[in-house]
Amino acid sequence: MMTDHRAALGPDEMLAVDGVTVRLGGREVLHDVRFSIRPGEFVGLIGSNGAGKTTLLRVILGLLAPAAGQVSTGPGGIGYVPQKIALDPDIPLRARDLVGLGLDGNRLGLPLPSRSRRARVDEMLSAVDAAHLAGARVGHLSGGEQQRILIAHALVSRPGLLLLDEPLANLDIASEQEVVALLAGIAREQHISVLISAHDMNPLLPVMDRIVYLAGGRAASGPTDEVVRTDVLSDLYGQHVDVIHVHGRVLVVAGRGDGLGLPAEPAAPLAG
Amino acid sequence: MINTWIVATIVAVVAGAVGFFVVLRGSAFVADALPTGAFAGAAGASLIGVNTLLGLGVFSLLGALGIGWLGRRGRHDVAVALALVAMLGVGALFLSFTVEYGPEIDSLLFGEVLGISVNEIAPVAVLGAVCVLAILVLFRPLILSSVMPELGEARGVRAHWIETCFLVVLALATSMALPVVGALLIFSLMIGPPAAARSVTSRPLIAMGLAMLLAVVTVWVAIAVSYQTNWPIGFFVGTIGAACYAAGRGWTALRSRRLRRSQASALPPATPTASAVA
Amino acid sequence: MSGVLAPVIEPGFFTSAPVHLALLIGGVVAVVSGVVGMFTVMRGQSYAGHALADLSVTGGSGSVLIGISPLWGFAGVSVAAAGIMDLIGVQRPRGRDLATGIVRGAGLGLAALLLYWDTTHTSATGTTITILFGSMFTIDASVIPVVIAFSLAAVIIVIALYRPLLLSSVSSDLAVVRGVRPRAAGTACLIAIALATSLSALTIGAILSTALLVGPAAAALRLTSRPGLVLAWSALIGLAATWLGILLAYDSYYWPPAGHGWPVSFFVVVLILVFYLLAQARPGSGRRPAPAEGQPGCSPDS
Repeated sequence: MMTDHRAALGPDEMLAVDGVTVRLGGREVLHDVRFSIRPGEFVGLIGSNGAGKTTLLRVILGLLAPAAGQVSTGPGGIGYVPQKIALDPDIPLRARDLVGLGLDGNRLGLPLPSRSRRARVDEMLSAVDAAHLAGARVGHLSGGEQQRILIAHALVSRPGLLLLDEPLANLDIASEQEVVALLAGIAREQHISVLISAHDMNPLLPVMDRIVYLAGGRAASGPTDEVVRTDVLSDLYGQHVDVIHVHGRVLVVAGRGDGLGLPAEPAAPLAG
Repeated sequence: MINTWIVATIVAVVAGAVGFFVVLRGSAFVADALPTGAFAGAAGASLIGVNTLLGLGVFSLLGALGIGWLGRRGRHDVAVALALVAMLGVGALFLSFTVEYGPEIDSLLFGEVLGISVNEIAPVAVLGAVCVLAILVLFRPLILSSVMPELGEARGVRAHWIETCFLVVLALATSMALPVVGALLIFSLMIGPPAAARSVTSRPLIAMGLAMLLAVVTVWVAIAVSYQTNWPIGFFVGTIGAACYAAGRGWTALRSRRLRRSQASALPPATPTASAVA
Repeated sequence: MSGVLAPVIEPGFFTSAPVHLALLIGGVVAVVSGVVGMFTVMRGQSYAGHALADLSVTGGSGSVLIGISPLWGFAGVSVAAAGIMDLIGVQRPRGRDLATGIVRGAGLGLAALLLYWDTTHTSATGTTITILFGSMFTIDASVIPVVIAFSLAAVIIVIALYRPLLLSSVSSDLAVVRGVRPRAAGTACLIAIALATSLSALTIGAILSTALLVGPAAAALRLTSRPGLVLAWSALIGLAATWLGILLAYDSYYWPPAGHGWPVSFFVVVLILVFYLLAQARPGSGRRPAPAEGQPGCSPDS
């Protein structure tokens, strides 16, 4: 489970994943994954569906025990925005209540009204552009609005590390850009490390400091232009893949010589 | 005594068939609430001198429709709870007008399977046949709407209509079985054996058949032991039902552990996911 | 003032000792059920609440057999049953209800056996009926201390776990990240439900136990989104329904046919239903059409 070996963390590290291997249902899903994140870094965890991104995030959070390896995290705690939560409309929580629970959801007893708590919650809601939603029942909000509340919930306790699981999935392009800009802005202002998983790296290219690329159960990490290269990714996938740059966007596609005599299909990228 | 065996078998067969869907649809509460509430109606019927079976039937039907109606306006489990207490509240009213509790009420609560007379077999058999027939007719739409409602909607199976039909069948099964096994225990037959059957196989018709078989065995054993020890039959039904459920859970756990062990030892590390793409 | 109220409140209401007791105990039970009920409904555990109330019967009969006070039998069996339900229950709502049903079936079977052994009672039915329907006006004053004790315990558990339970109901992952143990919180909540329902089943009957646990809370959830207000409304609606029900039941002695009173259970249940439907009808409660029962559980995994 989650260890807090401060000694294992370098002085300039917020998160260190060291040799993590995970087996699920008899299958090895992740093998010897290692990378680290520095304070304030914005890192993209890229991989196609089923590559193991959620699994890795759950290991980092301590929700899942790895078969081998360990995870060390720095001070400040972790904030987590899960991929999808079915928010039951029956749950009696307003947006500001849910964000408040991010501060003290584990404390016993009834919450005493406190001006500083309320101010913190309001401040967080404004930071994610959801101040107007403060009094609405969370179950009645749209998917995008709920996501912003969840981000506020994760950030309100001022964690050192923020994990987001596929926040950009199912968003249209405009909303994608909004959310990325929002996250990058907050990360910068509050000097928070961000690890955000996605199957498409392109919306994150402008703001990513580094990338962790997952394929075939293994990971390659480093600056984007050092990792997203034909030779590195082909080695990772275990078969030849091409990295194509088109109009500032990156496409990773299965290469030729796949044995079926079919040409590569740029329309069906592995991760784009 | 032979009457007892016949009627109990019919009841068990129906309970197994209907119970298969009770477990599938997660309707344990409804299967529990309808008999309890219907009991109130039977009490009322005996009050005004009407045949108790009729009172049972009417009340369980009203209860089923009430659950459907309330369920459309709010949470489902709240709907069942409120329908149940409403029926019981009315039942309390009826009972307050009686001077004493007749033996009829007694048998309604605990079942009077050992005292079944020959002319009670026919109505039970007829109602039972109707229930089973209804289940068989509605089999495929029921499966679809229970397991994959969106797929069902696409095929023209309207979820609310199926829901209502199922509730009506459940009400029918309840009223027919209640005088035999009693209000408090009919649902044990509808839950335990089908839960066990489902753990053994996922093929619907076979699971349903197995559920019916297990229910019949449960009832037979319960009658036999009850006859020997003179202990109430409900005790054995409840206990054996729980044992069926436990056996089913144990079987599932054992099977998944065996599967995991064989997978872990046999396979090499995961093949690259990229190989899935052409 | 008395001239206006006279038709509503029949003579002797305020001076009758059984009425005082009924108002007191009924009031306490209503408030406790309302508070505990909020989490019961939120977590989709209405069936568990009903089953635990009924299982108290087993406890009551069993305790008489082994000679301990029925009060402890009621609560003890209820809490034990809650533990068993929690242990064998799967986390999915459907699996939980199945486990509840199994425990209830086994428990009622046991109750039948105990009642059979308990030869001091002339009519098994009489006992069951009494426990099922309750007897608000024949409460024994000696139960007051125990009622207060159990009520306090149930309320303290729920209030203490207020925030962890709310968070676990939204998402158990988020709860774990914040340092909550959702499973432990859930078990504690179920035990609180067991305490609340056993004391209400003992004093005012299993029907009212379930009705007061589920109805007012469900109505309150429809009325407001602020969790603190839901608690308050839930307790208030339960209290109003109970006291009004007691009043009407008392009055009904004077209605034709005279000398025969209608049971409190009936009135309270009707009032709760009325309040619930009124809350449902409130415009803008924003209720999406409830999925039919067959559809995958609509309550969050908790």
